[in-house]
Amino acid sequence: MSEQIAEAIVAEPLAAGEGERTAPLGLLIGFVTGIPQLIFPMLAALFGTRGTGVATPLIIGAVLLISLLFRWIGWLRFRFHLDEDDIRIEQGLINRSVRSIPYDRIQDVSIEQPVLAQLFSLGEVKFETGGGEGEDAKLSYVSMERAEALRATIRARKAEAADTVEVEQATFVREAPPIFAMDNNRLITLGLYSFSLVIFAVLGGLAQQFDFLLPFDFWDFKHWIGMAEERGVSIDGISTSARIIGAVFALLALVALGFATGVVRTVLKEYGFRLDRTERGFRRRRGLLTKTDVVMPVNRVQAANIVTGPIRKRRGWHALKFVSLAQDSKEESDYMAAPLAKLDEIWPIMAETGIMPPSADTEFQRGHFRWWVKDFAIVIPIVLAAMAAVVIFTEISFATSLLLFFIPLILLLASALQWRKFGYGEDASRLYVRQGWWQQQLTILPQVRVQSVEIAQGPLARMTGLVTMHFGIAGGTLELFAIPRETAEAIRDRVLAIAAPVDFSNA
Amino acid sequence: MDEIDQLTPLDPAYVKVLRIVSGIFAIILIIGAGALEFTQLAPMGLIVTPVILLTAYCVWVIPQRRYNRWGYSAGSDRLRIVRGYLFYSDTVVPYGRIQHMDVDQGPIERPYGLATFSAHTAGTHGSTIVLPGLPHADALALRERIRDYIKQANA
Repeated sequence: MSEQIAEAIVAEPLAAGEGERTAPLGLLIGFVTGIPQLIFPMLAALFGTRGTGVATPLIIGAVLLISLLFRWIGWLRFRFHLDEDDIRIEQGLINRSVRSIPYDRIQDVSIEQPVLAQLFSLGEVKFETGGGEGEDAKLSYVSMERAEALRATIRARKAEAADTVEVEQATFVREAPPIFAMDNNRLITLGLYSFSLVIFAVLGGLAQQFDFLLPFDFWDFKHWIGMAEERGVSIDGISTSARIIGAVFALLALVALGFATGVVRTVLKEYGFRLDRTERGFRRRRGLLTKTDVVMPVNRVQAANIVTGPIRKRRGWHALKFVSLAQDSKEESDYMAAPLAKLDEIWPIMAETGIMPPSADTEFQRGHFRWWVKDFAIVIPIVLAAMAAVVIFTEISFATSLLLFFIPLILLLASALQWRKFGYGEDASRLYVRQGWWQQQLTILPQVRVQSVEIAQGPLARMTGLVTMHFGIAGGTLELFAIPRETAEAIRDRVLAIAAPVDFSNA
Repeated sequence: MDEIDQLTPLDPAYVKVLRIVSGIFAIILIIGAGALEFTQLAPMGLIVTPVILLTAYCVWVIPQRRYNRWGYSAGSDRLRIVRGYLFYSDTVVPYGRIQHMDVDQGPIERPYGLATFSAHTAGTHGSTIVLPGLPHADALALRERIRDYIKQANA
């Protein structure tokens, strides 16, 4: 079976006249985006040569030139060729490597357009075979027309029908309406829900990285106060009411900044969100500065996640994500099909993959509460030990140390919340699990997609007689917990009775 | 499904393999404890004695227990592996989900004619299931059996 998931095979080199190069302008884009990486070599060269005023521009120029030269040679040595049944990519300065990717192994062809590439209407074509992590090969910058044509050709070759090329290209001209799209209003709404204070972490990190460049100590608050005093403001002179007003303004500024961050980040990422249903799968286009265009074949979807939060749920907003082996981006492992949508917009998208929502008569079972209580067998002794330590080694009285019991109390409340939100259900062909309070998630897993079932029980769980079930999914996992072992075994038998007879080892 | 409820135990020689493996760790621990003892930071035997008792328990008692808890069954269309008491785990993988399989034989297993069988699925959690302590021939037979099943299913 191992040959089933064939890696890219080393193939015959391309013949002399064969193959095409990527766009020459792409060379420039790679060079410009690569400049930040050159700063350290430049600094090293400057310090190494103790560069004087005259030498500095020379050294900088030399480093840039060398980088450009290497990129140019790399570009000269890079060729790709679309053959009868594979695409071959030849590259390398010293070691020539020829990679062959058979068309029927290509799961995904995506096109990405960073800002600079948009200027020259170039795009980066990425191929994914689903064998390893991330893309297996990419063509850094070909013209957008070429990129679209490449994708169409590869799909057509993959389908082994030469005449579908025309069909596919025709569909690009008269495009059907999308099955889901977001207008700017909704984009801003999503941005407001994506409130984030991450900017402070970023600024703090930057300040720490580059504080040697600042002429003062960033964290020296006395310095700031001193600066204020120089301008005639005295901390002691400020009345209490003025201080309160100041604090309120600071808080408001913080909140405004949080919302602004959310909106900016969301607009950058989700601008022009559009999901189409093409012949083979979903095609998603989004992004303001970096435009992405990613296709998800329908048959690769393993499970659906419907995600919402306590606040956005009031307005009926949910997100739909698909679980598959392909990784969407660095921060998202699931394919985002609809970032902000009402449930009656989500169900039709999901139905395209054959996954249906739980019907009204699907019963959701709750986990046993003792599952959440069991962790206190560890928490309580720790709290008691901490109390003893506090009373013995510090001046704090026994009565005050009782305050430590707030910790398990808060944990208990959190547990109760989790218990209330957790539920699982099944019908003849699907498993449903919902969980979470802040991040509310409903996972819908077709039972045929189950790869493995594990029933596990740790020492604490043993005391409760309850178990955890792990369902292996290609690209994810699903857990059921706080259920009695007999229930788990019954669920397992039912699921496997559906899953085992279907052979999916090459799906 | 009744067929996979009957678990087959591993080869009894696997207890010895487990003992040798934990024995190696025990020796390292005892050497470490001996070195600490040598510095005479604590009264004679205060470190070495408990370490020796503990490792003796780990080498002598635990391997037998682990062995007793281990079992597998290869049904007509699925493989089940049960193990552990403190950390109990009961895994079932349908043959139709297995992507590829390995039969490995380590240096300690070889003198006893044992092998470790492992199967890989496309799943992300628990994508590899491992079954140690099989007679080498049995491991190969299991692999052939699953391979035949997959061939037939794809035919």
